[in-house]
Amino acid sequence: MNATQFAAPPRIEHLHMQGIVKRFPGVLAVDNVDFEVKAGEIHALLGENGAGKSTLMKILYGLYQQDEGQVLINGQPTEIRSPSDSIRQGIGMIHQHFMLVPSLTVAANVALGMKSSRGWRLDLDVVSRRLEELSLQYNLKVNPNTPVWQLAVGEQQRVEILRALYKNAALLILDEPTAVLTPQEVDDLFRVLNKMTKDGHALIFISHKLHEVLAISDRVTVLRDGRRVDTIPTEGATKLSLAEMMVGRPVVLEYKKQPLQATSERLVLQDVSALSDRGDAGLNGVSLSVRGGEIVGLAGVSGNGQRELAEVIAGLRPATSGGIQIGGIETRGKSPSVINQLGLGYIPEERMIDGAVKEFTVSENFILQDHGRQPYVRGGIFMKFRTIENACREAIKQYEIKTPGTDTPLKSLSGGNIQKLILARELSRNPKVLVAAQPTRGVDIGASEYIHQRLLAERDQGTAILLISEDLDEIMALADRVAVMYEGRIVGVVERNAVTVRQIGAMMAGSSLEMVE
Amino acid sequence: MNEIFTASVFASAIRLATPYIFAGLGETFSQRSGVLNLGVDGIMLMGAFTGFYAVYITENLLIGVLVAMLTGLVMGLAVAFISVTLKAEQGISGIGVYLFGLGLSELLFQKLIGTPKSVDGFTAIYIPGLSDIQFLGIGEIFFKHNLLVYVAFALVPVSAYVLNRTPLGLMIRAVGQNPQAADAMGINVARVRYFTVTLGGVMSGLAGASLSIALLKVFQQNLTSGMGFIAVALVYFGGWRPFGILAGAMLFSFVNALQLQISGIGVDIPAEFAVMAPYVITIITLIFASKRTEKPTALTKPFERGE
Repeated sequence: MNATQFAAPPRIEHLHMQGIVKRFPGVLAVDNVDFEVKAGEIHALLGENGAGKSTLMKILYGLYQQDEGQVLINGQPTEIRSPSDSIRQGIGMIHQHFMLVPSLTVAANVALGMKSSRGWRLDLDVVSRRLEELSLQYNLKVNPNTPVWQLAVGEQQRVEILRALYKNAALLILDEPTAVLTPQEVDDLFRVLNKMTKDGHALIFISHKLHEVLAISDRVTVLRDGRRVDTIPTEGATKLSLAEMMVGRPVVLEYKKQPLQATSERLVLQDVSALSDRGDAGLNGVSLSVRGGEIVGLAGVSGNGQRELAEVIAGLRPATSGGIQIGGIETRGKSPSVINQLGLGYIPEERMIDGAVKEFTVSENFILQDHGRQPYVRGGIFMKFRTIENACREAIKQYEIKTPGTDTPLKSLSGGNIQKLILARELSRNPKVLVAAQPTRGVDIGASEYIHQRLLAERDQGTAILLISEDLDEIMALADRVAVMYEGRIVGVVERNAVTVRQIGAMMAGSSLEMVE
Repeated sequence: MNEIFTASVFASAIRLATPYIFAGLGETFSQRSGVLNLGVDGIMLMGAFTGFYAVYITENLLIGVLVAMLTGLVMGLAVAFISVTLKAEQGISGIGVYLFGLGLSELLFQKLIGTPKSVDGFTAIYIPGLSDIQFLGIGEIFFKHNLLVYVAFALVPVSAYVLNRTPLGLMIRAVGQNPQAADAMGINVARVRYFTVTLGGVMSGLAGASLSIALLKVFQQNLTSGMGFIAVALVYFGGWRPFGILAGAMLFSFVNALQLQISGIGVDIPAEFAVMAPYVITIITLIFASKRTEKPTALTKPFERGE
């Protein structure tokens, strides 16, 4: 690269968002928030889902317009009306959902939206060469000529970071960048981020993971319900103090677990294979068992067959070979409804798609599988509305679900309350086996805590629980055994107490248990 | 057999392919950016009429072509406004545009001309030297056509180059595959789509003119008889690639020319079957051509910023 080709944007020594207000219909998403970041620091933006972190940063990147307030760059008020404005100012953003075009190569994705050094002809070879230099400089290995769809998520993130560096971003916003990474990849990412701050970049690190914020940031700003709670130096902060700022009340970070009292095998998978949506091998000879009274955590980077596994157990995806038994009865080939009757409770990953009908009311969702069964129907035709109403009210009370009533449309409830309702529905049927996929994703800390306690209580009552989660902390907190999936296979199953997060991380990247030890 | 596969059949296949190539290439740009314009046939009809009428009045072919392209531009802008700004359902609004063009071109024809008349139109340009080649009838097949035929075929590699080798083409493809990503990279998604859809309109107008002032040299009610829809189908058939569209257009027009020839020399096949054949073949090939990696994933989806 030569300087004339890619004019460096003005350095950002100091950026200040002042009194930012953003309203969406019916919601005050960001309420008079002040936020500042300096060159050479990592400023973490911490908060629960819906606290306003992403909205605030989308305003800074020009994807949303603030209703009030202003952005000052190096003391100068600056209008940012679109991403092209923010890019010109030297602001880059790594989005939670990567902003890459899968069918294009890495170099084409980088060249996208930039002036070509050859005018009206593309200069992908020039871009590739410059990318190779940058990837050496920052130790971010990536082949510029690979189509993006062939890359693993971790590699795609490297492309996003390289692209920001290529565009000379002086300030980089990272929106939950660790959500899709193994612990080892997180370490690599942190090394890159530290190098960037040494080079004078300003970084904003959005997260809800406390230990990561503590590990990487210089300062933390905590948001809650659209407001700024405080901005503090990271030094001196603890997990507990940050969590309490985030939630606004004392929280429990560790659970008391009763000793394991496992009974017989309730869920057994023998050599199960299935196709993915794309038609290739989604599951590749998976064998796994879960005993009554234990929680088996299924860890893995997103997209390694966890979803397929859950769907195969629930009867929503056909297994191409192998056997599945619930309570000793073969369920392969049976319909979801029959599998339900045999004692499977299922909390699906996409709760608004596979778990509930958002236009239906709370009580309609509560009897979604049981609308044609006793005790909710008379003579096989007439709904017993009074009985349904009472059962639903009981569940609302017992599970502390916040809803105006039983006839409220589900979509007006928060994610945490919807998840509690689904949990209540599944547990009210006294399942022998419970498959819980990402049960607390997008759920606030309070509801997560409640759901975790419920799952533990269910375990103590003898239910076999398969907990599928991409959140390793969740798995380490709840599971008795941990199974790790990689590319549609189980790489290993280990006792929770005999394994470290690092070992699981290595297995998530495909290493076998022996290699890890 | 020699009576059927004559050089003139191949030559007329090439001529017949012209409107499909123009309209198909234009629609490729539009679809590559994520907008399905189903109103191509209506725009072709309007281009065919206005181009014809301009030539009828002025007797100037250049003016005819320009008027047809201008008509296409205006209608293309209207389609862009409907699908990009108003975010209307593209399939249904496209049918509306088609019916509008069908009706208005007929009305204008009735009011301004009345009965079918012909114009002189474009005449064949014999390429010096090459048109004399007797071997396999190459001279007659390839080098004795009117100007618009040469232009259409020349636009195929040009379109492929623009789509694959220029920053503009990269933007168009990105906007059709992942408009959120393009937006995040500072690309104005709406502007790109306005450009491609309007370009598609201009090409459709030109396609219409190639029919009314070059190929047939007449205008009558519903002159295109659905050629614009075939052009849209050819975009799918061709896998959103200009050379694929060329191949599809040639296959289709060849079957068409063959059908004309067969009925012309009186082979004993019911005429209706022969007329149906090209369409049936299109449907069959589409069944096998529907899944392609180049298909723009955002096709028919209006772009909204944010999740």
